[in-house]
Amino acid sequence: MIEIKNISKSFSGKEIIKDLSFAYEAGQTNLIIGQSGSGKTVLLKCLLGLYTPEKGSILFDGLNIVNISSSELKSLRKQIGMVFQGGALFDSMNIEQNVLFPLQLFSDMSNSDMLDRVNFCLKRVNLENVNHLFPSEISGGMKKRVAIARAIVLNPKYLFCDEPNSGLDPYTAILIDNLLQELTHEYGMTTVINTHDMNSVMEIGDHILFIKAGEMAWQGTKSDIFHSDNQDLQDFVFSSELFKTIKQKSGLPVK
Amino acid sequence: MSLISSLGRFVLFVADVFRRSERRSVMYRLTLKEISELGLKSVWFVVFVSLFVGAVVSLQTAANMEGGWMPSYLIGYATRDAIILEFSPTIISLLLAGKIGSNIASSIGTMRVTEQIDALEVMGVNPITYLVRPKIFALVFFNPLLICMSMFVGVLGGLLAVVLSGESTAAQFVAGIQYDFVPFKALYALIKTTLFAFIIAAISSFHGFYTEGGALEVGKSSTKAVVSSSVVIIVCNYLLTQLLLRS
Repeated sequence: MIEIKNISKSFSGKEIIKDLSFAYEAGQTNLIIGQSGSGKTVLLKCLLGLYTPEKGSILFDGLNIVNISSSELKSLRKQIGMVFQGGALFDSMNIEQNVLFPLQLFSDMSNSDMLDRVNFCLKRVNLENVNHLFPSEISGGMKKRVAIARAIVLNPKYLFCDEPNSGLDPYTAILIDNLLQELTHEYGMTTVINTHDMNSVMEIGDHILFIKAGEMAWQGTKSDIFHSDNQDLQDFVFSSELFKTIKQKSGLPVK
Repeated sequence: MSLISSLGRFVLFVADVFRRSERRSVMYRLTLKEISELGLKSVWFVVFVSLFVGAVVSLQTAANMEGGWMPSYLIGYATRDAIILEFSPTIISLLLAGKIGSNIASSIGTMRVTEQIDALEVMGVNPITYLVRPKIFALVFFNPLLICMSMFVGVLGGLLAVVLSGESTAAQFVAGIQYDFVPFKALYALIKTTLFAFIIAAISSFHGFYTEGGALEVGKSSTKAVVSSSVVIIVCNYLLTQLLLRS
């Protein structure tokens, strides 16, 4: 479980995150949505410990990461998997080496066990026979899946994803979304996904946090969205004709 | 950013390089990889430049000794000293600052702008130790070997040039090389080389690591890395010469 209590973060005197408080349950897919520049990435980086908030606390199963030592943070990070927007695969390593990397640094497994684990994780994300290819030789969707395999290779308790399906075609984006949801339930992870893809919101959003200008504007489940009277949320989610039509067909009023 | 704050940031950066690292086996493997990438791939470049510059130095020396009143073994003597004292340790290090420094800054800078460094940090890896220490160790270990090779090839180039042009005989040139040889001069050259290797690796990594933006900024960091390490090498060259040869 991740609890965020009254965190604020500023850059050059400008407050980007303003007194945010919420909690994420284990085994759920938690989404952070909001317009570009609303503070989603800053919030995600605060949760990862890459930025330190000026106020408030961030508790990972009771452990406050805001004021822990660097060695404690380092050991917590071994329980965290992260899928970056562009995958952030290491260019100088092939796919197998990329997924193997966290195991080589942090596990005591034998070489053959490590390779078995790598192959298992690659198979889990539906990638086979790509071990010796380099990141520059695979497609964007495959890069995201390799990044997911690398993120889960150490069996993390927490999984963070920054716009995991940006730049992907709708079909691949849904595959990635479903994969993340399956893995979350399979491993009982606390998954936090930063997105502005409404398909993801409707497909996999167990818990959704909508932020606007660094403040929490709304939170709830995907089914709550249809009945919310929060105008900012309605404008954001139902901005496309497709979603307006879906809402209309559900018998709900559309502005 | 002001010079003072950059300097402070650089000192903290270097201190971070020597913090407790990841598994020793991993760091050892990375250092070997860097020796191959940064050192071995520079061998032919160093050999080529040293051979021709050694030849030019000996021919210029010979041209300046026309008139016949100076013994021709002095061509070997002057070539040896020019190559050991200045050309190999300083000029080759400046060329390596261009070749290796830009490589280091652009590779680390690209890792920064494509979030690969953030990925390392999120995994619990200290990116400075992991990325920079192997490069520093590799260069500090391998550059002195490269420079020794450059000295040998440079002097060989000089020998070939004077013999082929008929300015002197091989025996006279070799006698000049052996004349009044002070081993400390070779040690002085290796001390300079080791310091310059550290400067190239540390400054170039620093500029790459703090790259912000995109591809354009990676290019700018690469240029800054070459310029700053060259300037620091030139200044340190003067200070070390004053300290080691004149005091």
